[in-house]
Amino acid sequence: MKKERVVGLEGSFAVAEAVRMANADVIAAYPITPQTHIVERLSEMVADGDLDAEFICVESEHTAMSACVGASAAGGRVFTCTAGQGLELMHEVLYIPSSMRLPVVEVIANRALSAPLTVWCDHSDMMAVRDIGWIQMLAENNQQAFDLTLCAYRIAEDSEVLFPVMVHIDGFYLSHVIEDMNLPEDEEVAGFIPEYEHPFTLDPDKPVSMGCYGPPFIYPETKKAQEVAFENTISKIIETWKAFGDRFGRHYAPVEKYRMEDAKIALLTMGSCSETAMLAIDELRAKGEDVGLIRLRLWRPFPFKELREAVKDVEVLVVLDRCISFGMGGPVCSEVKSALYGLQKRPYVVGFIAGLGGRDILIEGFEYMIRSALEKVKAIERGEEIEMEMIGIRDGEGE
Amino acid sequence: MEKEEELFVPRLVTTEEIFAPGHRACIGCGEALAVRHVCKALGKNVIIVTATGCIEIISSLLPQTSWQVPWIHTLFENSASVMSGIESAYKARVRKGKIPDKGVKFVGFAGDGGTSDIGIQALSGAMERAHDFLYVCYDNEAYMNTGIQRSSSTPYSAWTTTAPVGKKSIGQATWKKNMPEIAVAHRIPYVATACPSYPFDLMDKVKRGAEIEGPAYVHILSPCPTGWRYPPNLTIEIGRLAVETGVFPLYEVIDGEYRLSFDFPELKPVREYMKEQRRFRHLTEDIVEKIQARVEEEYLKLREKAGVK
Ligand SMILES: Cc1ncc(C[n+]2csc(CCOP(=O)(O)OP(=O)(O)O)c2C)c(N)n1
Ligand code: SF4
Ligand SMILES: [Mg+2]
Repeated sequence: MKKERVVGLEGSFAVAEAVRMANADVIAAYPITPQTHIVERLSEMVADGDLDAEFICVESEHTAMSACVGASAAGGRVFTCTAGQGLELMHEVLYIPSSMRLPVVEVIANRALSAPLTVWCDHSDMMAVRDIGWIQMLAENNQQAFDLTLCAYRIAEDSEVLFPVMVHIDGFYLSHVIEDMNLPEDEEVAGFIPEYEHPFTLDPDKPVSMGCYGPPFIYPETKKAQEVAFENTISKIIETWKAFGDRFGRHYAPVEKYRMEDAKIALLTMGSCSETAMLAIDELRAKGEDVGLIRLRLWRPFPFKELREAVKDVEVLVVLDRCISFGMGGPVCSEVKSALYGLQKRPYVVGFIAGLGGRDILIEGFEYMIRSALEKVKAIERGEEIEMEMIGIRDGEGE
Repeated sequence: MEKEEELFVPRLVTTEEIFAPGHRACIGCGEALAVRHVCKALGKNVIIVTATGCIEIISSLLPQTSWQVPWIHTLFENSASVMSGIESAYKARVRKGKIPDKGVKFVGFAGDGGTSDIGIQALSGAMERAHDFLYVCYDNEAYMNTGIQRSSSTPYSAWTTTAPVGKKSIGQATWKKNMPEIAVAHRIPYVATACPSYPFDLMDKVKRGAEIEGPAYVHILSPCPTGWRYPPNLTIEIGRLAVETGVFPLYEVIDGEYRLSFDFPELKPVREYMKEQRRFRHLTEDIVEKIQARVEEEYLKLREKAGVK
């Protein structure tokens, strides 16, 4: 294991450091809270000559992603970042790099969506881009934001992958919080992220046509090929995380478990609130309860196998969503239920929605969810229907 | 002297078809003809980005392609943005010693819709950021690919499927947006108008635009028999009439200096341009006069800018 420096860095700066160490060629980004510190820091690095890249100060997020597509198609290593409305504005373009197999790397400082206008965190922006065909992973702290951004390049550019990768870091909770973290030496990182050559680039010496028009006689075959290749990336993602762990001593997995030994009740979370959830688990364990925590590190491709394995002995699975799918409930909960539905033996799944628009979820919140879930399971066993619950909502009575 | 040069120009044009035949354009398509000329002028050391629209649809039906040079299409409104990324990546990779500098030219293509409507923000951004690229707008004065819907580049009073002629409508109710002037307002080093009825003028302008450092914009009037409702054998004729009537003057603006490519002290009447086009067949004399007056006024302004008395 190589020596690392311990530094105090904001999550945004940690991401910028990773992009600098990855030696990106082109950055195209448009500022939006809470992502702004990432673009500002990268601008400084380019201005000071610490990063030799073209920084395209684009006029919109639609152009940011379009420019990344162009730069990647021309063989460049690229980076962009956005949040909330910005991710929505680039939505149309997001399907292009995944369909054209361009290894764009993007960091999202997750932000809730208007209206009402908000700049604070939830996962509505992330859930709106579930189906774009990007590899998507989540960080829970600044160290992970840094590590996963580095890994994103190595995964995306692997010749057997060649898909874009999105790293989600919760807005403010990570982007604006300064934490201690370990920074490896530049040379160590350079050794981890090899120079890459895309097999097909826009090059007058070897002309190719990209983005042709696909009528019904060929479109479905292109999509099938894309889906097969995308599902196959899981093994490469795991392999890369293993290589990262071997080199830097920090280990990642598609589904990560915390105090899950003999747990009959499990909480499932994603992103920064997982660290608060761990404290809640510690408190409940101290009271002798059989609870544990499961965190989804990898969101796409969905880690079916790893999730099923993680819950095989669990009786009640409590799923937290930081997003509403209006008229449907929590999107993560729906996906988890569908992932487990085909199993002979599966836990009861009870979903909660919390933490919308930057509302904090406290330790008591997680404890409440777990206790309340057990009540709901009793109701289910009595044959009653249970409803999805949004916790911590003032209902206006008595105010 | 000048005469002689003109005489020899055709021999200098490559016989190689860089935009290969066998594409699926309508018979008599002015846009496909313009693309063919533009590609001959550009040569093979280019990367071309094309917006969604007729050009992309006629040339890239999987698994075939008409493009003999590196070519990319992604979406409708982002040709200039994709171009920005390609140019930047090239610059960075050359600077970092990852690729040799071979003097590649970067060229964006889009229709009038992809340029003056949905893509105007992307183009404005790219021109303002001063990427080194040439942008070519193929103006067939409507959204042809989706079935002749109006754009902001459709001329006043023309029939389209979304500006139909009716009891309360004379067709397009607004005047054509002057996209070349919008490009000029960005103070870019090169802006020109062209038309495939004048192929050598067109090719000269494309070459100049590609060679100049910084953003260049060439706006090509591309007659469309299908959308303008005229017999396909008249494409060259109609383009010529657009120029001779002053409806679409050919000029260049080099570093802010206007230069008329052809000047007509006596313009032909606009009626001559309009009469073969069924998109104008509903026009009454008073509307034609209104258009005539506007064309003359605009032409005078342009002559003044070019310093022609
Ligand atoms: C975002 C988006 N909106 C609408 C369309 C549908 N569309 C495709 S091409 C086109 C019109 C193209 O018009 P123009 O740019 O003038 O090119 P032309 O086909 O006339 O050459 C439209 C409306 C689209 N592809 N994408
Ligand atoms: S509709 Fe017009 S522009 Fe499109 S291919 Fe046909 S003739 Fe050409
Ligand atoms: Mg058009």
